[in-house]
Amino acid sequence: MKLSGGFSIGQFIPGESYIHSLDPRCKIIGAFILFAAPFIAKSPYDFIPIAFALAAITRLARIKLGTVLRSGRPVVFLVALTIVLNVFWTPGRELARLGPLSITEEGVTLAFCVGLRLYFLVMLAALLMMTTSPMAFAGGLESILSPLAALKFPVSEMAMMMTIALRFIPTFFEETDKILKAQISRGADFESGGIIKRARAFIPVLVPLFVLVFARAENLAIAMESRGYVPGVPRSRLNPLVWAARETTSILCVIVFIIFTVLWNRYAPELISLWLGLL
Amino acid sequence: MAIAAEDVFYSYNAGTPAEHAALEGVSFSVERGERVSIVGHTGSGKSTLAQHLNLLLFPRSGSVSIDGVSSKPGSPDARELRRKVGLVFQYPETQFFAETARDEIRFAPSNWGMRGDDLDACVDEAADAAGIEPSLLDSNPFSMSGGQRRRVAIASVIAMKPDYLVLDEPTAGLDAAGVRGLERILSDIRARGLAVVQVTHDLESALAHSDRILVLERGRAVASGTPEEIAVFLADNPVQGLLMPPTARFAMGLRSRGIDVSVTSGVPELVSALEKAERPDE
Repeated sequence: MKLSGGFSIGQFIPGESYIHSLDPRCKIIGAFILFAAPFIAKSPYDFIPIAFALAAITRLARIKLGTVLRSGRPVVFLVALTIVLNVFWTPGRELARLGPLSITEEGVTLAFCVGLRLYFLVMLAALLMMTTSPMAFAGGLESILSPLAALKFPVSEMAMMMTIALRFIPTFFEETDKILKAQISRGADFESGGIIKRARAFIPVLVPLFVLVFARAENLAIAMESRGYVPGVPRSRLNPLVWAARETTSILCVIVFIIFTVLWNRYAPELISLWLGLL
Repeated sequence: MAIAAEDVFYSYNAGTPAEHAALEGVSFSVERGERVSIVGHTGSGKSTLAQHLNLLLFPRSGSVSIDGVSSKPGSPDARELRRKVGLVFQYPETQFFAETARDEIRFAPSNWGMRGDDLDACVDEAADAAGIEPSLLDSNPFSMSGGQRRRVAIASVIAMKPDYLVLDEPTAGLDAAGVRGLERILSDIRARGLAVVQVTHDLESALAHSDRILVLERGRAVASGTPEEIAVFLADNPVQGLLMPPTARFAMGLRSRGIDVSVTSGVPELVSALEKAERPDE
């Protein structure tokens, strides 16, 4: 059985690159603006600038392109399913026929675009998480959402919950891995038998895991309370967030890129067709 | 009949940015009936090596064989080989899931198909070997003391009837009485013919109770030998995070002054050696 744990997709990769050193608010806002780009894309050509932008950010972040490309793995099944559905169920000019199903030109184009859209969205999100530590991410989000506190929205509590959750995800996987290995070494078999047998085999993993998680949560709550944490009470920040000129420049670059993408989408297909025609 | 690890290399998160080497060319062996300690600081690769001995991890290169048979990831024979090597994890009580100690101890043998009277006899035998009073067998393990829980965890592994018992930091979190009790249990288990491999950063315990010691530092084996040899080695070659016990340091000091004493001696032996040195005629 493949054990859990290890490096997970989208996990923070410590570094000292330009992207790493940006204020987390800048990265979150920038990422959300960039998320618009795949949605604006309407034809396969429209993904060319997005691919270049992604490669440029990856280079600036000093992360291997392969690592970012692999981050799309979890959605490969979803992408494949979307492609199949769009290829066979989109009406239009028929290219081929497989029994009762017809493959249309519009279907192929749509499938390609939807698949790429999903894949690029996941890679952008992964790039954000690879260059932003969980603590910085939660702090940035808290700061961005802070105006909502005026509407009695529990922003700081939400940010604390998110910080703790993000902090404990790797620990949770480590504990699961440890318990799985311990039960396997005592002969537990998670791979043979039917669904019910396999589900029952996980009881010796789930019970100690829940016990551990609740014990850890209780200890954490006590430790936080003993160190003066009170929900809702304003707290100072160890590393205050700083929005400098380079953060503004970075956001402006992202906005310029989005404007470029809109223009590209409007004129590029005609220009590319013209260029291909000249060739 | 032995577990043999040959030139084992292992990395966690291989092929990812978080890859780090845990074992780099480590060789190790233990024969039945031996008691061997693997010592090193936190992160030296002790636990990783222990998991290789139980075939929970497989080397990236090198080999691990149990009684001359090696296995591969996913191979069906790994499960049968694993039965020969009981592995007691660090803080093993965190794996408990059953409502009684008896059910917890039953878990491993029943996974290998043992049923009925054989299973009951096996549970009683394992409980006896681990020093668990019969009256405790129907208690909830979650309500037991730390020492009692540790004994239930050991019983739950030796109920598999392994030939080798590997314990990862078995004394972690136990008080002095618990540690002494555990030492007695491990001595008894060894007397039954099992090999005992103890993974520990407690050099004092390793020097006092082992036939051989393997010293790991940053994933590499830096020394291997008898407790006497290891103590002499560590006196000249300090290893990160391993502190020579005061008694061993004192014994080394006596030896440098010409007093013949073993570096693994306890306080009574050291006092006796000193008295003998002061009054050589007696």
